[in-house]
Amino acid sequence: MISKDSKVMLEVKNLRAKVGGVEILKGVDLTVNAGEVHAIMGINGSGKSTFSKVLAGHPDYHVTGGTASFAGKDLFALEPEERARAGLFLAFQYPVEIPGVSNSALLRLAYNTLQTERGLEELDPLEFEDLVHEKIKVVEMDPSFLGRSVNEGFSGGEKKRNEILQMAVLEPKLAILDETDSGLDIDALRIVANGVNSLLTPDNAVVMVTHYQRLLNYIVPDYVHVMDGGRIVRTGGKELAQELEARGYDWLRAAA
Amino acid sequence: MSTVLNNLVNQPYKHGFVTDIETESVPKGLNEDVIRLISKKKDEPEWLLEFRLQAYRHWLTMNEPDWANVNYPRIDFQEIIYFAQPKPKKQLASMDEVDPELRRTFEKLGVPLHEQKIMAGVAVDVIFDSVSVTTTYKAKLAEVGIIFCSFSEAVREHPELVKQYLGSVVPSGDNFYAALNSAVFTDGSFCFIPKGVKCPMDLSTYFRINTEGSGQFERTLIVAEKGSSVCYLEGCTAPQFDTNQLHAAVVELVALDNADIKYSTVQNWYAGDENGKGGIYNFVTKRGLCKGVNSKISWTQVETGSAITWKYPSCVLLGDNSTGEFYSVALTNHLQQADTGTKMIHLGKNTRSKIISKGISAGRSSNSYRGMVKVGSRAIGARNYSQCDSMLIGDRCEASTFPTIDVQNTTAMIEHEASTSKIGEDQMFFFAQRGIGSEEAISMIINGFCKDVFVHLPMEFAVEATKLLGLKLEGSVG
Repeated sequence: MISKDSKVMLEVKNLRAKVGGVEILKGVDLTVNAGEVHAIMGINGSGKSTFSKVLAGHPDYHVTGGTASFAGKDLFALEPEERARAGLFLAFQYPVEIPGVSNSALLRLAYNTLQTERGLEELDPLEFEDLVHEKIKVVEMDPSFLGRSVNEGFSGGEKKRNEILQMAVLEPKLAILDETDSGLDIDALRIVANGVNSLLTPDNAVVMVTHYQRLLNYIVPDYVHVMDGGRIVRTGGKELAQELEARGYDWLRAAA
Repeated sequence: MSTVLNNLVNQPYKHGFVTDIETESVPKGLNEDVIRLISKKKDEPEWLLEFRLQAYRHWLTMNEPDWANVNYPRIDFQEIIYFAQPKPKKQLASMDEVDPELRRTFEKLGVPLHEQKIMAGVAVDVIFDSVSVTTTYKAKLAEVGIIFCSFSEAVREHPELVKQYLGSVVPSGDNFYAALNSAVFTDGSFCFIPKGVKCPMDLSTYFRINTEGSGQFERTLIVAEKGSSVCYLEGCTAPQFDTNQLHAAVVELVALDNADIKYSTVQNWYAGDENGKGGIYNFVTKRGLCKGVNSKISWTQVETGSAITWKYPSCVLLGDNSTGEFYSVALTNHLQQADTGTKMIHLGKNTRSKIISKGISAGRSSNSYRGMVKVGSRAIGARNYSQCDSMLIGDRCEASTFPTIDVQNTTAMIEHEASTSKIGEDQMFFFAQRGIGSEEAISMIINGFCKDVFVHLPMEFAVEATKLLGLKLEGSVG
């Protein structure tokens, strides 16, 4: 919920970034406060996925201008793993497969790395087993997935649920969901959305990057931003998404 | 590759120290006189000298093999010292008599030489340069009739066994390096497990090459009689020299009816520096003969060292229902070259073999799997399953697979699976995004990749292998 005294989680100013020598982001401004849900919409190539990868620090993307502060820190001064440890989480559009590495081993290593960062005790495998069996209910996954290699042989929907499981275990301050709804059937979409909703608190925030209004029926945003040509060209409430769905992006372009 | 994927392989070699012990060597070079001298120094019987000379004469007619996917300057076999041993040479009755300097060396290597460490359950035969220094725990093994001693001692104490089995699996003229070894081998390990005895502990040999310019030609012979079983561990290191050292060992295993031999190696010979200077040439012939029915021989190797590796631990499945297994992890970095794999020769009925090979290439290295599965016309119902996976780290290394399948009867079933993967930027970014640093990520990916092999290693070797791979790759991704 939006409240006047929310603390600022992420503040991006005039962000410009290149990939492969081509400028994709051409001055993005965005402020996200704790307790808020934002949606970033736009057509293919508008720069919305680039935006999420730049925030997470993907090595192929180079910041050429602007600033970003996250939880009071200069985001671009941090390595990708430091950003993650500071509480920034990216749910990937195309989750990678890691053959031979079990889901639970990965989750435990990531969890314990965070615990160490926060000055807390690491969990041993048995303690962690208890924790993860609680968390896995959030995404209605069978515990047998924990013993399987990360994403190997998972369906598209299972991979996306696995991303949300990681989010549930790591409890990030800011979760960026990069087209988490793409490739999901309606049941999987509901499960993923329920999972995300159950993780929302007044102290964290979510940024959803999506093509479609569909996801926003399940995870209701406080703000909807429309990206076009590497900039946020329109910001509104959840009704903006409905209008986009009804009238298409061309309407916005014609209006601009 | 990103900086993350660029630093993982630059760990300095930890075992590159030289032990300052007086050694006694014969002059470099090879001729019949040198062979006679070696044989004389070792006080060998006439038949063994004949075995050596015959091998030498055969060797002279042979050419160095050039079919492997490795490149190196021609070796001048007259520049090699064929025999070096720590001075003074005398019979050592207990560990206390071992040169303290030598003992410190083994302590640095982490070899459990002392009795209290051996309580952990490993009997160790230590080969230093060419001479077996001591065989621990011998007495306890002798109680159940197991002979575990240096090869020289076996020649003295059990000549009939050595004579019966030496060269029975790898004939002296088998190949260029086996012939060379047969002519000049200096020591090694001998192990005999009598009928029906399950060896109560893992037997272990630790090889180390110390003298610059010396070759190491050890000879290992393991015989498991009917219904017996043994688990044998071999570890290897060498100090760091700018010159290349030749290591041409021969290992022969014989398993009789219902016998079971498991042979594990963690090879960490010096691999040369990052520009490819120095390092061991590891040209080794390892072969097991499943002679009896229901016998089983299993090779597990973790190859991380050596400038050049040329090694194909193989199984000849002669007995009906016998089983051969080969589990291998070969890691190359910098300018290392490895051409390694196995041969499974099915001769008996219902023989089975399994090959799991994992090659990891980093830096500018070259890593080849070369394998042969051969099924003879009488091997009714033979089965083989092979899986060869390669992993590339960075974009300047090379991985190749050369599988050969030769089937001479219609009842055989052969399966071959292969895959090539690359530790990609996207995987590394995924780990980073979950807060996991690059070295931990690599270690996790590599261990996951090698899991199918590591589960076949004895516990302490598995731990060592995991650490070793991590160290070897440190800095190659970054």
